[in-house]
Order: sequence, then structure tokens, then C-alpha cells
Amino acid sequence: MMKDFSTTAPPLEVHDLTVAYDRRPVLYGIDLTVPAGSLTGIIGPNGAGKSTLLKAVLGLLPLSAGWVKIFGGPLAQNARRTGYVPQRESVDWDFPVNVMDVVLMGRYGHLPPGRRPGRADREIARACLDQVQMLPLARRQIGNLSGGQRQRVFLARALAQESDLYFMDEPFAGVDAATEAAIVDLLREMKARGKTVVVVHHDLSTARDYFDRLVLLNVRLVAAGPTAEVFTPELLQKTYGGRLTILSDVVQSLGEEP
Amino acid sequence: MRRLGWFVALLVLTTAAPVEAARIGEMADWNFGSQAARFFSLQDPSVRYALGGSMLLGLCCGLMGAFLVVRKLALMGDALSHAVLPGVALGFLWGMTKNPAAIFAGAVGAGLLGAVVVQWIRATTKHREDAALGFVLSSFFGVGIVLFTMIQNLPGGAKSGLDGFMFGQAAALGPEDVWLLAGVTVLALGAVGLFYKEYVLTSFDEGFARSLGWPVKLYHYSLMLLLAFAIVSALQAVGVVLVSAMLVIPAAAAFLLTDRMGAMLAWSAGFGMLAGAAGAFFSFTGRSLPTGPFMVLAAAALFVLALLFAPKHGMVGRLWRRRSRAARIRRENTLKAIYHVMEDGGFREEVVAVGNVAARRRETAAGARREVAELQRAGLATEEGGRVAFTPEGWQRACEIVRNHRLWELYLTNAAQLAPDHVHDDAEVIEHMLGDETVRRLERRLNYARRDPHGKLIPGLADLAAGAPPSERAAGYAEKGAA
Repeated sequence: MMKDFSTTAPPLEVHDLTVAYDRRPVLYGIDLTVPAGSLTGIIGPNGAGKSTLLKAVLGLLPLSAGWVKIFGGPLAQNARRTGYVPQRESVDWDFPVNVMDVVLMGRYGHLPPGRRPGRADREIARACLDQVQMLPLARRQIGNLSGGQRQRVFLARALAQESDLYFMDEPFAGVDAATEAAIVDLLREMKARGKTVVVVHHDLSTARDYFDRLVLLNVRLVAAGPTAEVFTPELLQKTYGGRLTILSDVVQSLGEEP
Repeated sequence: MRRLGWFVALLVLTTAAPVEAARIGEMADWNFGSQAARFFSLQDPSVRYALGGSMLLGLCCGLMGAFLVVRKLALMGDALSHAVLPGVALGFLWGMTKNPAAIFAGAVGAGLLGAVVVQWIRATTKHREDAALGFVLSSFFGVGIVLFTMIQNLPGGAKSGLDGFMFGQAAALGPEDVWLLAGVTVLALGAVGLFYKEYVLTSFDEGFARSLGWPVKLYHYSLMLLLAFAIVSALQAVGVVLVSAMLVIPAAAAFLLTDRMGAMLAWSAGFGMLAGAAGAFFSFTGRSLPTGPFMVLAAAALFVLALLFAPKHGMVGRLWRRRSRAARIRRENTLKAIYHVMEDGGFREEVVAVGNVAARRRETAAGARREVAELQRAGLATEEGGRVAFTPEGWQRACEIVRNHRLWELYLTNAAQLAPDHVHDDAEVIEHMLGDETVRRLERRLNYARRDPHGKLIPGLADLAAGAPPSERAAGYAEKGAA
């Protein structure tokens, strides 16, 4: 489904998005546009509402105000063009399914109710598993995997969705260095193929290297734009306040670089 | 509170059932063998109904229960089954007869009301599911007991036959009940068969299913509706109190046996049918015995069997694997001790005294003899007259284990910067666990090193390949060691 994105609506457009738990706003008045083919990181302190933003955009949480457009329309219309990598802790890893079963779930959005995945779907799932170097583990029960391997299974499932816009919730949390490098490669490859990827990211020290656009979030939108423009001491200070020691290190390193 | 509820129910049922007492006199004619023969001949229509109904209910409950167990909603079955009781009573009061349709409608209505109340408490208060389930279960059951007692006190109420709903009476199953069970079972099989992928994905990863734009709530509530159908149609045979056991126990046993959802559904349904048949049999042969407890006991027996003998998760298998691993480690340590004795002698001798092995292992002579005998049984060494020699395979295994040990020590001192006198104990454990792949990686990482941190020679790859007799290779070792 290759479309000329330049003439169509942006993959994601958010206007005045507000989400509240028990009337306490956790996201307030977010305006955001993610351009096609970008690799966007959402960063901010704990409790800033990073994951909440993803979930709200995907319709997993009710909005108190505002609207979300995916490719210029409601999510329901473009669900097939939207891929999702939830947080690893959101599922029960003792569930009786194996790696291949989970990756095949990425094909479910393309199948009408009552239709089981067929041979073509299996081929796609195998190719996606191979892409994350997990093919030899296809028949393993998912509980029998390391944290990094579990993350790769989720990524392979997202790849099998063959979407144009991807949302990933903390894919780098608690994975080994090899998996982290593999995910970075994968993200760049997806970008090269014209996919749009939005990633919730917790590690400020790597954010600048991994993403070409950043969204700085702390309940309100602090800034959004190309990494070079928004990864500045002033804006980071505004996002994280005075409560982060890592921040001062990063800010210092920013100052040292030419 | 629930225990008390059952106790009251029991009291009500036993005191208000003088009809049962009259049957004591018939006990003299009753004979287990002839009853069993009657059961297996299937001549008696009531036997056919009881058996067919019990197996259908086992199938249906097993199917639904599998989804409850993987969704961690096992208690939901318990709450729903207790919540239907007032509905059963109201269904009876509607026409003062045991009309299956009225009772079915009343019970499903009460069950769904219970499910809605659970949802409502969860959504509007700070309580989690457990408190909501506990509230619904006990309060609905309480209302049911009150209504049942009222019915027993009504004229004609004592003969209502409602007591069967408490603990189940498969013998009381009529053709209508069996048809109802068959209908519900077909419905459940059809829904699960048709929407298998939907039910599995919404159970496994609800957020992902919703991101696909699926009506997740619809699938959830259709499953709950099927569950209510299964519970209500099973009531007559297994009883309110124990129907949840038929939902949970076969599924829990199946969960231990397999890692795939499809297989789990099949096992769970099969266990349910087996337990149902066993319950019907014991209930029929032991005259007037309630069916529910026997079904549940049969299911529990299956669960215990699965717990003990399941291939991967079973306790017996696990114990056996642990024991065989312990035996392997013991063998490998003996091999290593023999290797060390040979190494101390500069590999000039191909044969080693068992006494030296004992000293090396810090063992008694008898202990060392036992260990060497174990090696002999495994084909790794031969012993004669207190002297022991490797077989080619034993030599290879000994080299491997010493190699693992020394590579690991070297890795720890090089990569983890540990002092050479800190690495031995760790290597003692790790040497038995390293797989071939890890060893190859260690070799690459360590540049195919020849000596460990203590200056001892690491047995090389060439020494591991079978072919030349140990003595020749040992000679080569002695030279290299001297160099």
C-alpha cells in the first residue's frame, strides 16, 4: 500500500488532546503532527503521560477532549495501516501460545472475522521472524524467552502487520545491548522503507542518536520538531524540571560538543 | 460465609426431604455389580440421559473453562454459578414447576445481572475484581437460599425437586435437559470454532486487539454469555455449588499438559467429558448419591495425575530430570578427577588407581568405587582390580569438561577482571551448564587460548575429536605441557 504521502494527510494529527484519570488530567491540550516517513521519539519524565499519549491515540483510553486523525481519518478507518507494539508487561507470558502464534496475530487485522491465517500469512510471519533473527525459536512457548527475545517477538508481530504507521511503547525498556542495537537497525530500515514510527522512549542519553524527530512531553506538550532543534538545554530543562541528575550530565555534554 | 451458606443449604435440603428417607428401605435390593451392569448396557433411558448430559456438560464447561483459566478469570465462573441461584428459584416460582425453559431464562438473567454488578463495582469504586466477585457471589447466593427455603415451605414445594440444583442429580436429567445441554454445547463449539482467533487474541493481548479496531467488548461479553449458558445448562447435573469446579479443574489440568491453546481446549474438553461420565457412573451405581461431588472428584483426580505426570510441567518429570542432572554432574566430576590425576602424572599413565581418584575427589574409597562403577555403567570408563581407564568417549567428555572449566576461568579473569583465585568455584558450577554454542563463543572471544589463569593447559579441539587412542593424545599432551 504505497501511497504518495506528500499529497495526502499526515499519518498522525492530534488536536487539543486531553486525557484524565479521575478528573485529574494526565495529558492536557496536546497538538501534534507527525510527518510521513519520520522516526519520532516521545520523551519526558516518569508520569509525563508518554504511554498514555500512545494509548489515547490508538483509542485504548477515552479522550476527555480533542481529536485524533490517522491518515486524515478516524483510527477505525485506517486500523490496517496502523501497527502497535505494546509494553512487554502488558501481556501474560505464560499464555499457551508459541512465538509463531504471536507473530501470526500481526496478520489478524487483515483477516475478516472467522477467517484463520493461511499459507501466505505464515510466509509473511516467517519472514518477519527471520528479520528479527528469531526464526529458530518459532516453536517455543513465549514464556521460555529472555526479555530481549520477547521484545523481538512483539516487533516481528508489528512487522507482520505491514502497516504504514507504527506506535511502539518503550521497546528499549529492559532489553540487552544486542537487542537494543537490533531494534535501532530495524527502526532505521523501517524509516528507509517510508514507514512512520512513533516510539515512547525513556532513555534521554540515547534519544538524540536514535530519532530524527522528538516530542518533549510533560503532561503538556513542551516541544515537538526535528531533534537538532528541540534537543536543547532550555527545552529539556523545561521538560524535566530540576529533578533529574542525568539531565545535567546530558546538558553538559551538549555544551561540550561543537 | 460461603461455607456457612452451604451448610444452611444442606440442612434445608436434608430436613425437608422425607421422600429420600423412604428409599433407605430399598437399600437392601441395591447391588453395585448389577447397577454397574445396568449402567454400561445403556438399556435404561435414564442412564442414557444421565451419561449423555454429564458428558455434554463436561465438554461445554471444559471449553469455556479453558478461556476462563488463561484469562485469569477462574473466580468469575464461581461467582456466576452462585449468582444464578435466585434466577433458578424465580424461574420455578413463575409456574410452580420445574420448567427447564423458565428456569434457564431466570438463571441466565440472574447470572448476567451478577456479571454486570461485578463490572459496575469495578468501574465505579476503588475495589478490584476480587472484592466485587466476592460480594456478588455471596449476596446472590444468599438471596437464592432464602428463595429456596420459601419454596420448600410452600404447599407442594417440598416435592419441587429443586434440591437437585444444589449438588446435582444427573439421574434426574430428562430429555429436555439433555437437548438443552446439546444445544448449548453446539453453540459453544460453533462460536469457539468460528471465532477461535478472535477469542484467543482478545484473551492474550486486549490492547493489541483493540488497536486493530476489533469490538473487544463484544467478544468478551459473548464469551460471558456462553459461559452463563454453560453454567445454567449444567446446573441440573452438577449443582450450583460445584459447577465452577467443572469450569476450572479440567482446564487447569489441561494447562499443565500443553503450551498451545488449541491443544489446551481439546484436553480440557476431554477431561471434562471424562469427569462427567465418571460422575454419572458413580451417581447411578451409588443410589441417590449427588452427581456433582463425584464429577468434581473425578476431575480433581485427573488434575492430580496431570500435576504429577505432565511431560514438561509435571512434578515426576521435573524430579526425574533434576535427579538425572545431578547424576550427570556427579559423573562429570569423576571424569574430571581422573583427568586431573592423569595430568598430575604428566599423562604418562593411561590407567589411574581408584584410590587416587578418591583422594582427588576428597571421597572415601567406597564412594569413589561407586562413582567409577557409575562411569562404567555409562560406558565412559572401565575398571579392573582397583585401576580405572577412560573409554574414548569418556576421554572426550573429560576433556570437554576440563576445557569448559578452564575456558570459563579464563573468561572471568579476562573479561570480568576477577582475580585468578576467585574464579574456581564459579567454574565448578558453570562447567556443567555450558552448551556447545557458548563454548565456541568463549573460544573466539579468548582467541583460542591454550592456558588457563593458573597456567594449566586447556585441552584443545583436536583432543576432543575421537579417533586416536587416549594414550597417543596423552603423550602429545605431556610434550606440550612440558614445553
